[in-house]
Amino acid sequence: MPIIAPDRAIDPRVFQILSLSCLFAISLIWYDFALNPLALPLALAGAWGVQLLAARIRHEAFDWRSPAITALSIAILLRADQPLWFLLCAAMGIASKFLVRWRGKQVFNPSNVAIVAMLLAGAPVWISPGQWGQESWVAGLLIVFAALVLGRSGRFDIALAFLASHTVMLLGRALYLGDPLTIPAHQLQTVSVLVFSAFMITDPRATPDSRAMRIMFAAGTAMLALYLQIRFQLVGAPIYALAMLSPLVPLLDRLAPAQRFQWRKADAAHA
Amino acid sequence: MPRMLKLAIAALMLALPASAHAFCGFYVAQAGARLFNNASRVVLARNDNATVVTMEANYQGAPSQFAMVVPIPTVLRRDQIRVVEPGLIDRIDNYSAPRLVEYNDPDPCARIMEERDMAAPSASMDMVVTGKSRRANALGVRIEARYQVGEYDILILSARQSGGLVTWLTQNGYTMPPGAAPVVGSYLRQNMKFFVAKVNLRRRAAAGASETLRPLQLTYNSRKFMLPIRLGTVNANGPQEMFVFALTPNGRVETTNYRTVKLPSDQDIPAYTKGVFPSFYKAAFTRAVRREGPAVFLEYAWDAGSCDPCSSEPPSQQEMRQLGVNWLGEGSVFFTRLHLRYTRQTFPEDLVLQETSDSSNFQARYVMHHPFKGEIDCKEGQAYRNMVVERWDREARNLAQLTGWPLQRIKADMRRNGDRPSVSVKSEQGWLASAWEWVGGLWRA
Repeated sequence: MPIIAPDRAIDPRVFQILSLSCLFAISLIWYDFALNPLALPLALAGAWGVQLLAARIRHEAFDWRSPAITALSIAILLRADQPLWFLLCAAMGIASKFLVRWRGKQVFNPSNVAIVAMLLAGAPVWISPGQWGQESWVAGLLIVFAALVLGRSGRFDIALAFLASHTVMLLGRALYLGDPLTIPAHQLQTVSVLVFSAFMITDPRATPDSRAMRIMFAAGTAMLALYLQIRFQLVGAPIYALAMLSPLVPLLDRLAPAQRFQWRKADAAHA
Repeated sequence: MPRMLKLAIAALMLALPASAHAFCGFYVAQAGARLFNNASRVVLARNDNATVVTMEANYQGAPSQFAMVVPIPTVLRRDQIRVVEPGLIDRIDNYSAPRLVEYNDPDPCARIMEERDMAAPSASMDMVVTGKSRRANALGVRIEARYQVGEYDILILSARQSGGLVTWLTQNGYTMPPGAAPVVGSYLRQNMKFFVAKVNLRRRAAAGASETLRPLQLTYNSRKFMLPIRLGTVNANGPQEMFVFALTPNGRVETTNYRTVKLPSDQDIPAYTKGVFPSFYKAAFTRAVRREGPAVFLEYAWDAGSCDPCSSEPPSQQEMRQLGVNWLGEGSVFFTRLHLRYTRQTFPEDLVLQETSDSSNFQARYVMHHPFKGEIDCKEGQAYRNMVVERWDREARNLAQLTGWPLQRIKADMRRNGDRPSVSVKSEQGWLASAWEWVGGLWRA
């Protein structure tokens, strides 16, 4: 029987949607002057549009929650001069969920692969890892959100594994360079790393099914991210690292088969 | 921005009555980098990986004491090092500096706006900026290259370990502050080299050089797009100021490891600030730093070919070419002005920069209004007078919020200048907003 999210009345994705909406609002009001309020409606339009189309083609019920999460993630992380890019990005992300599958399981995190694809294609979009700064109150809020969401989906392990690996990498690098600890401390307080750990790498539908493999996957992502940052000076390296390692997930699942994650009982019938 | 969008926005702005006056204002004062102590200015022109860095010597002491030590990503050839004329950085500083613009209210009884005389722009305040001289010696290093460029003697150095490099620098006349060795070591381990420059007094005298030392310009290709600030903080007494002027093809430049914040802008402030604009701006910036914490402030972001209003001429094509813009004619040039006040605690890391595709315009701009002084004898007159008093109050509140100056003192100064704001000294910020600021202050402390 497939693993289902703990049997609560509320789908854990609803908490994620609420958390991400909160972050978006914070961004809009307080922080990021490059954020266009149209980003979210357009991303939602793109995501829901493609999801609806796919649902019709596959004769499935229309799931509004996962595309909403994709749209919110894109609206929070991506920046563009022209808001239509958000629509395109969200549409691409949801399309990849249906088009790029291995043995019936999606390979990529939709928002992650769409953002990376647009950045690599040279579209006039960008990500601002510094946008949140090191504000501790936002970090605190994020931890609360993460606890709410990840506790329900049982995916705390990958978030913690990534953060732990990331911390070890940064401390190691600081020791190697002889840097004072204020530097890795500053790097670790970057809120965007927390956003990535809590909400992007934790997608249960695009990460390994078994816990051991998830932890390895998280550690691998952290290592690859540091390498990409040092070697190629990539901005937002963890996002690229996740996209690059996602195609390995089917292999990891093969090596350590485990129950596939389902959001709700009703979806379990499709597994 | 696509042209249709630009036209639409322009049309919209013309349609709004308030904005129609916006283009009739004129620039009266500006606050350039020279206001600030310990301010260094850097121009970065970046196109893909091609980077041109122009560093101002910013030094007021004896040329014999001058020494510059800068970490760079690669060894440079002779043709990659130049000196540029000293006025160049001044000109782009003035062009992009936060500015005060002045509007005269039209006759409320008349229908057509009258032309007013243009006020002569006041000169930016020239403060003496004290520099620190650095004498340094070090041993056991490899001299990758040795050049003579203009009045400078230049060496490109690398070393296996920082102790040797610091000793060699110290012994050869470059003072490295205590505590610099680990920072130097960090750069060396990242495979960076060191660019060191001293003034050759003989060549300088022979050339009949001017008072100020000329800025040095380095050109290189590197994936790294960063500004090393750590060496400057090692022995600093108090915060340092840095102004970064970036020229890029696509859009605004920002830091990826620190937050970028726009300076509060487009606010009405009392007319008397014209006489104290420099101290107003310093106070406003200090307050912004206190409020936002460690952040990089955006003061200007605009297409480099135009400006509105123009505090001075935008850089000419020739000037841009001199600053390293090698893609002229193949696209636009976008200009970003960043201002940060940093210490070792607040900015422990070097600035890592990126170019975004954000080509929206921004300038730090403060607005003052002069009420109409003539006869007002129509029925709109009373409404106009009320509006003016409200505006005076608002200007006073804005100034208090921007600078932290006490509202009572501001209103007293306004009255001395001839304005007549209301007597209330309630900041009218609302208890909720004040409480929030107080909490924020505690949190940051």
